[in-house]
Amino acid sequence: MSILIDEKTRVIVQGFTGDKATFHANEMIHYGTNVVGGVTPGKGGKIHLERPVFNTVEEAVRATGAQASLAFVPPPYAADALMEAADAGLELVCIITDGMPAQDMMRVKRYLRRYQKEHRTTIVGPNCAGIISAGKAMLGIMPGHIYIRGNVGIVSRSGTLGYEAAAQMKALGIGVTTSVGIGGDPINGSSFLDHMARFQADPETEAVVMIGEIGGPQEAEASKWIKENMTKPVVGYVAGLTAPKGRRMGHAGAIISGEGDSAFEKSEIMASYGLLVSPSASELGITVQKALASIGK
Amino acid sequence: MDIHEYQAKSLLSGFGVSVPPGGVAYSPDQAVFVATELGGAHWAVKAQIHSGGRGKAGGVKLCRTYHDVAAAAKSMLGATLVTNQTGPEGKVVHRIYVEKATAFERELYLGFVLDRKIERIRVIASVEGGMEIEEIAKERPESILQVEVEPAVGMQPFQARQLAFGLGLNMKQVSQAVTIILGCYRAFRDLDATMVEINPLVVTKDDQVIALDAKMSFDDNALFRRPQVTEMRDPAEEDPREARAAEFGLNYVGLAGDIGCIINGAGLAMATMDNIKYCGGDPANFLDVGGGASPERVAAAFNLVLTDQNVKCILVNIFAGINRCDWVAQGVVQAAKGLRVPLVVRLAGTNVEEGQKIIRECGLPIMTADSLMEACEKSVKLARGELVN
Repeated sequence: MSILIDEKTRVIVQGFTGDKATFHANEMIHYGTNVVGGVTPGKGGKIHLERPVFNTVEEAVRATGAQASLAFVPPPYAADALMEAADAGLELVCIITDGMPAQDMMRVKRYLRRYQKEHRTTIVGPNCAGIISAGKAMLGIMPGHIYIRGNVGIVSRSGTLGYEAAAQMKALGIGVTTSVGIGGDPINGSSFLDHMARFQADPETEAVVMIGEIGGPQEAEASKWIKENMTKPVVGYVAGLTAPKGRRMGHAGAIISGEGDSAFEKSEIMASYGLLVSPSASELGITVQKALASIGK
Repeated sequence: MDIHEYQAKSLLSGFGVSVPPGGVAYSPDQAVFVATELGGAHWAVKAQIHSGGRGKAGGVKLCRTYHDVAAAAKSMLGATLVTNQTGPEGKVVHRIYVEKATAFERELYLGFVLDRKIERIRVIASVEGGMEIEEIAKERPESILQVEVEPAVGMQPFQARQLAFGLGLNMKQVSQAVTIILGCYRAFRDLDATMVEINPLVVTKDDQVIALDAKMSFDDNALFRRPQVTEMRDPAEEDPREARAAEFGLNYVGLAGDIGCIINGAGLAMATMDNIKYCGGDPANFLDVGGGASPERVAAAFNLVLTDQNVKCILVNIFAGINRCDWVAQGVVQAAKGLRVPLVVRLAGTNVEEGQKIIRECGLPIMTADSLMEACEKSVKLARGELVN
């Protein structure tokens, strides 16, 4: 089944006519994603990549029945784009943008609560690589060829470390149902836990890899949920054992500010809740292999 | 981004927060001039560096004469102040702040953070002013009062009153405290801060409530819309390598080891550093070249890494998504000409075959690796001189 997206999901691109958006929309189309159009205010009525451009998300949804969007919008306009997408009734928005002010994301998430949970837009990101359901659809900027279709889910804060996991798994013949990048920012649209619950409910997914890093409570919160709710094995890894305290390591959210924030503490917490913790980033693939073996796969 | 105490006070007083009168000085003569302008008979001369704990380290001196002010300024300016937050190397003092000394009867704590667990601005207050908040949390957790701000409407006066009454203030003091608390909140929101701390917030014997110290940190992602904050940047307080990295759209953090790292993506960069340690080596730096690393950016990355004289070899680990391996390989080959240290390059992802071909055929002694483990093992051996290119 995979989670979040498949080959039928109707996708629009917010910021469609920008250079980077055009490049990645093209890659997505070639991967097989059902891209039905895009939005660039002021360019409505044009055709881009053989698809219609609209001025507003609301128009795009009305005309195409779009269900999801990939938002490629610069930081000053990102919060606005997300709120517009929510009001237009999109089920899912993946926001690639790196550089959104944290208080903007705080306000966006508050804004989403206008809607009841059942009607609330799922946001993935910001500052993420996106979502890929192997062999079906891509909503992001990842290199599609590194994923083979299989039975393992991936959820990761880091984009390239997520690719590393997928590549190591592929080398061992292990494939992916869906890989979700939740991004590196301190306030994100959806957390590890949110996607873990989806993987638990997905019949195709038989094991999950959770790739975390220093900073924030989400790895610990997900680990607790996993212990109490997950019937499938979960492999965990936390980057940043060598990161010094108090320094922001690239990602806005990758900073050891308080108790429980360090890679060492998070790894211990994961292990204590029954996750299979990979001893290093170069052993992600073989740890997944062990996890699958433990359930006879 | 961090700013100095005097700058924080200037910003906050614009939001209605009471601060003692004061002026910045860059020389003993200026310090004395500020003291004469301020009037009165007692002044605090305070070292201005981006660090807390200055008082305990001798960075705050109380003075009763202009002579003392000049002497305090002379002793601080140009000297290195080591606090419990600067690390052993300390920070050089280039600016001082001369303030009218304020006698007080009570010291309180007031702080604001963006709490990522509840995704809200959290306001913290305590009667244990003058202590660090981690200490207070450890030793007197029951003294900590907290309020969470609802972003849809902002902090409300009743929430500020809750804190003020909770601090045991009398009615005269409460109304001032409420103004200060709400002022700090508005500054936090309207300037995109990540932290505001008033420690201590003091109460004087004639019921004045005053911010005796102020610290503010800001969200780097929001600086594009906060020019009044960016103009307060002090390059002297920043690591010049990190500042130079930022100019090229690179993220750099200097560390103590000898294996220079150039990687795309913060998570992969941290994981690579961890893996180097796992293989028995020591990373010299964190460096994320980000998405879309052009040959110019890659060259800048090499130059930056090499400014660290400890670097004995360089490890390039690029997993292409937005980046394309052939593009990266071109940049690597350009930068590797005349390199003074050995180089290991690991490429993966988009256009990897083209990228590897460029590296193989460039005629330079660049070692390649296919996997993360292989790249780290090779870099550790190269740094030890156990492998020759």
